[in-house]
Amino acid sequence: MTLTKLTLSEARAGLLSRQFSVRELVQAYLDSIKSLNPTLNAYITLCPPENILRTADIADTRYKSKENGLLEGLPIGIKDIFCTRGIRSTAASRMLSDFIPSYESTVTERLLKEGALFLGKTNMDEFAMGSSTTHSYFEPTINPWQSKDDLDKKFVAGGSSGGSAVAVSAELAIAAIGSDTGGSIRQPASYCGIVGLKPTYGRCSRFGMIAYASSLDQAGPMTRSVADAALMLEIMAGEDPRDSTCSTRSVPRFSNSYEKSVKGLRVGIPREYRNEGISSEVNALWNKGIEWLKDEGCEIVDISLPHTRYGLPCYYIIAPAEASSNLARYDGIRFGFRQDAPILDELYEKTRAEGFGAEVRRRILIGTYVLSAGYYDAYYLKAQKVRTLIRQDFEDAFKNVDVILTPTAPTAAFELGSHNDDPIQMYLNDIFTVPASLAGVPALSVPAGLDQSGLPLGMQIIGRHFDEETVLSVGSVLEKAASFPYCPPPLCTMYRRVST
Amino acid sequence: MSLTPEITKHIAKLARIELSPDEIEPICHTLNNILGWFEQIAEVCTDNISPMVSTEIDSLHMREDLVTEKNQRESLLAAAPQTSGPFYTVPRVVE
Repeated sequence: MTLTKLTLSEARAGLLSRQFSVRELVQAYLDSIKSLNPTLNAYITLCPPENILRTADIADTRYKSKENGLLEGLPIGIKDIFCTRGIRSTAASRMLSDFIPSYESTVTERLLKEGALFLGKTNMDEFAMGSSTTHSYFEPTINPWQSKDDLDKKFVAGGSSGGSAVAVSAELAIAAIGSDTGGSIRQPASYCGIVGLKPTYGRCSRFGMIAYASSLDQAGPMTRSVADAALMLEIMAGEDPRDSTCSTRSVPRFSNSYEKSVKGLRVGIPREYRNEGISSEVNALWNKGIEWLKDEGCEIVDISLPHTRYGLPCYYIIAPAEASSNLARYDGIRFGFRQDAPILDELYEKTRAEGFGAEVRRRILIGTYVLSAGYYDAYYLKAQKVRTLIRQDFEDAFKNVDVILTPTAPTAAFELGSHNDDPIQMYLNDIFTVPASLAGVPALSVPAGLDQSGLPLGMQIIGRHFDEETVLSVGSVLEKAASFPYCPPPLCTMYRRVST
Repeated sequence: MSLTPEITKHIAKLARIELSPDEIEPICHTLNNILGWFEQIAEVCTDNISPMVSTEIDSLHMREDLVTEKNQRESLLAAAPQTSGPFYTVPRVVE
């Protein structure tokens, strides 16, 4: 048995029935990280192996004494946007390259409480601003999947949670967590062939998650199965007095309810998504997904989300506006990077010029502009009104359907180095993920097939506010129908050859 | 609404990000492309539509105004690039 190929749920069962020990499981991951991480660059910071093994031994004793938590000893990757006490938390920025938090984010605290074992902090686009994990101060993450037509080509992991997606896909973590502002969990999940869930806005606490755009940011699981995502969400979610936007609603036992029958569910297919530059293969897979759901007794309904095409410009006004405000805290005084200068204003300006990368600077400047006197109404206020219309599109659609099925991204992963000179081309990758973020509704990406060159493609299921159960249930049906191979074995084998 | 190099400099000043003279032109060009792409939202009719300022699904809740955290001055100051005793330090601003 190759321990690193197990899903989280399978490994849990194996540990509970004592088929293998936590130490054996964790050692397999440490070996895998050692051989592959130098090539793939999924992790920015690795926890010291001796600490990991010590924690593994404690976890083994807890299994013996039956005091184990739900995630006891399960080796997980944490996106470097979550503050972890005593472990460097950088948001992939030079600005925080030496920042060691003195506190723990709520979602990581909840994972730790259930015994999760953190392997390290995963790479991302700086401050979660990007769709490729190439905008990282710590170099890009590489997608373990390759084109079968050209094994020399390297593909992006997607982003911004690209390090987490690659860790799960390339057997460098059994599961991971990411954050999603406009698609940052779902799009890399689609590009790397794993499951990624953006919960309803407010389902998970944002406390200790380094802020990008506060009205959109949401934490979520990135896993090898829908069952794993259900279990992870159940642990991460729930009320938190430290985040007033975190919902006080009770959290369902998703791990028990993710396989509800989908018979009779009404599935909306938004006609506007058909025209948005999607490849013929993505279109064909979408049709296949529709057939799979029909076979399970779902009713397919043609729907309209008329403001879809305004989602992207709306998002790229609102998110940078919020970012320009959130990132004002990086001043070189209280924490993080500092570039000294004799005058205070110069110190701020030099610190922020050198501490932030090009894309972050660009978004701060855009955000500052759309909020500035004279332009506020035309851009920011207008975008907020368009956001209302986009939310209303979803509310209207959900009067008639239970979930919406779309592709996660218009194409498979693109080649490393393409889109680098044109931010707008990069922004277009988010076209199908951004609307659900603006509306605050939950959305799940499930790997559903491969394109002609052998790269993964995901399907997205969007649900009503706080109805992750139905979203997961539909995802579970697609997962069974697609029977997707979560790890890319031949390619990883190739990487292993390269790196050993 | 075209962004000029002067406005670009002004925005960078507001954002406290230093731009070198040779950065201004290319950044101005890129920002103009992005702003031009934003223009499409002007065609949406938003008469009588109120702005969405948060996702407004659940109302925000308040907790009791009680001190729940211990004093963490030492550990918070430890993250600062420069300190002096219990203070953050900045360049002299008053002669």
